[in-house]
Amino acid sequence: MATLRELAKEDLFLSSGHRMCAGCVAPVVVRMMSMAARGRNVVVGNATGCLEVATTIYPYTAWKCSWIHNAFENAAATISGVEAAYKALKRKGKVEDDYKFIAFGGDGGTYDIGLQSLSGAMERGHDIVYVCYDNGAYMNTGIQRSGATPKFADTTTSPAGKVVPGKTQWRKDLTAIMVAHNIPYAAQVAPSHWRDFVTKAEKAIDVDGPAFINALAPCPRGWRYDTADGIEMCRLAVDTCIWPLYEVENGVWKLTYKPKEKRPVADFLKAQGRFRHLTDDMIQEFQEQVDRDWEALLKRCGEA
Amino acid sequence: MAQKVAITGNEAVALAMKQINPDVVAAYPITPQTEIVQIFSTYVSNGLVDTEFVTVESEHSAMSASVGAAAAGARAMTATSANGLALMWEVVYIAASNRLPIVMPVVNRALSGPINIHCDHSDAMGARDSGWIQLWSENTQEAYDNMIQAVRIAEHPQVQLPVMVCLDGFIISHAMENAEVLPDEVVREFIGEYVPQKTLLDKEHPVTAGPLAFTDSYFEFKRAQAEAMLQAKPHILEVAREFAKISGRQYGLFEAYKLEDAEIGIVVLGSTAGTAKNVVDKLRAQGVKAGLLKLRVFRPFPAEELAAALGHLKALAVMDRADSFNAFSGPLYAETAAAMYDSGAQTKMVNYIYGLGGRDVGLDDIEKVYGHLARIAESGKVDQRLNYLGVRE
Amino acid sequence: MTAKGWRDTVPGGWIKEAGNALEYKTGNWRSIGPVFIPENCINCLFCWAFCPDDAIMVKDGKMVGVNYDYCKGCGICARECPAKNKALVMGEEG
Ligand SMILES: Cc1ncc(C[n+]2csc(CCOP(=O)(O)OP(=O)(O)O)c2C)c(N)n1
Ligand code: SF4
Ligand code: SF4
Repeated sequence: MATLRELAKEDLFLSSGHRMCAGCVAPVVVRMMSMAARGRNVVVGNATGCLEVATTIYPYTAWKCSWIHNAFENAAATISGVEAAYKALKRKGKVEDDYKFIAFGGDGGTYDIGLQSLSGAMERGHDIVYVCYDNGAYMNTGIQRSGATPKFADTTTSPAGKVVPGKTQWRKDLTAIMVAHNIPYAAQVAPSHWRDFVTKAEKAIDVDGPAFINALAPCPRGWRYDTADGIEMCRLAVDTCIWPLYEVENGVWKLTYKPKEKRPVADFLKAQGRFRHLTDDMIQEFQEQVDRDWEALLKRCGEA
Repeated sequence: MAQKVAITGNEAVALAMKQINPDVVAAYPITPQTEIVQIFSTYVSNGLVDTEFVTVESEHSAMSASVGAAAAGARAMTATSANGLALMWEVVYIAASNRLPIVMPVVNRALSGPINIHCDHSDAMGARDSGWIQLWSENTQEAYDNMIQAVRIAEHPQVQLPVMVCLDGFIISHAMENAEVLPDEVVREFIGEYVPQKTLLDKEHPVTAGPLAFTDSYFEFKRAQAEAMLQAKPHILEVAREFAKISGRQYGLFEAYKLEDAEIGIVVLGSTAGTAKNVVDKLRAQGVKAGLLKLRVFRPFPAEELAAALGHLKALAVMDRADSFNAFSGPLYAETAAAMYDSGAQTKMVNYIYGLGGRDVGLDDIEKVYGHLARIAESGKVDQRLNYLGVRE
Repeated sequence: MTAKGWRDTVPGGWIKEAGNALEYKTGNWRSIGPVFIPENCINCLFCWAFCPDDAIMVKDGKMVGVNYDYCKGCGICARECPAKNKALVMGEEG
């Protein structure tokens, strides 16, 4: 694993001058993927969403590598087509260089509308890395709930009202769904833990076959916290065990980070405007669910 | 040497794909296209093609992967029908707007609902404004020939547009016919090595494909796309001329059948032209000056050429195997009528919607249409513009 | 950048000038920004790792300053600076 000092020498594939909001963590996810991919030729695929929109406003592009956006729900299928082309052209001697293929999608484009496309690509075994930058809602269209939005979160389609207290469902466990595809590598990462992130990303890029990375990507607008606190939000999510860091390599689950002290979920929830309406009972319910999930994960990882 | 074989439309299309030997095929089964995918799979598993065959989980992904592959500089193909094409819709537009020369046989089938697996043209007609070139086939031979020409048309540097090769479901796709197939090496030489105009796989020249275009740039891209469609017309004809040299078969934007001295005529797409030609022959034998125009190239729409070929008619029926549900006419009528109006033609026109969901169109049905035209020609009056042929009252 | 007529567009609207967003300066989004205090810097480069906008300049493995052409003033770098006496503090001058 390289040091930051070494990584900082690399020319990363996302440049400055993009138009993601100040403090958005999604570009940090991209930069860390780029750190991991250093020294390799990369083609990036991107689902419609904040990242895609804000990095390629014609005539400007913040991408220094080749990049393709097709639509919202088909980043996985699109990159699988690119990878298939590469294989065919390489075989025929029409392409000489080696390439790696990385697709980025938001949680909307990945957990929800793009799940079929992703599932298909993973099942077919393309040599690609799919990275979900999970900001927990459809941010680009104005903070609507997704299958990744935490329970109780106040979004524009799950508004906390007098009768309904925000989103009424729990998140779906996409990383586990990806693991169930029997892919060689799946992992959950958070940019706060950059070394863990880059190490996993390197594995994902170098593994032969499909890999999936679920990366937490706090959104100051949607979550309603101060723009300076994005990395701290990641840390809180990890330390409360709301966003555990683990990897699953060839079916073997491994916890890669265990908080010394598990912090109460209230620390995460109370730091964000989208949870401001939560009662103590709701926080308690949230805590119990996180506890259950954490225990189950510890078991899977052979830690309990 | 070209070889005469008994072959179905699907087999002929699959054979053409084998001879083209695309870099990537991404496809999903749907009746009546399924056989194409199946036959092509056997080519792959027996090593008869070098293609990367992507067995996608849906047509949406078939077109998405085709876009990815074509953007990466591959010769990419897919194939579909009806609901499959409908599921691709969004990406069908994206393929054209990215100017990617994907070739896609569309085995025409009725769109749901009710669900129906038989032929009509509602699938391809719905995609008529998607920016794809559309070549239509009367029979197996034409389907095969169109497939091979499609590659050259799509890939022409001034065109760079995807092409649909339409063939009628079951009527062509599943019927055994005699067709002449070209030797592999003749096809290979005709289509040539693919030299992509752009690619994601050039590390010296990284590209951003599919950026966000705001109000200040979107329109310019669309105008350029429209121009490519305009430019396609002469290239389609040029490719047809070259194809005639290797096959002896002549293709144009359309085929005019006994039209020159005709007084009444019909415009038709696809296999119905075969039936209608028989009717024309019969009427001619009776001294009726009947003719027919079979459209091959629906996109780009050959408006001026059509009007020039049809303008002398006294009465014309445009046959639509798809309804527009617009309380006016089917799609082919609307465009033909617009072309005729612009040319100043005085031809009286009617529209017939026919054959929806595979409803049989017999000789007598077509005769009825000509009968109607004869009455209009005589009276100089159109009694009813929009007509439904072969539906029970 | 002068707007192109349709005849001069790249087919499909592809952008061939990779990374030309550098011509688009986002620095004017900033109201306050990070001020670098070199003597406090321990060169951990966390600021570089966490800056969403690649606005931390590193030379020979050392933090050398903030690129105000692009810094949007989010404050992540200052927040994450672990030095006992912070080497990045948010201020009007930034
Ligand atoms: C088929 C389709 N449906 C809806 C949209 C509108 N849309 C664009 S981006 C987006 C939300 C993206 O959310 P997510 O994937 O979470 O990414 P984020 O914007 O949060 O980064 C939606 C709903 C679309 N572009 N295409
Ligand atoms: S809305 Fe949220 S996710 Fe989108 S760019 Fe802004 S901070 Fe990032
Ligand atoms: S304030 Fe934000 S944008 Fe500016 S240098 Fe620091 S982290 Fe980067």
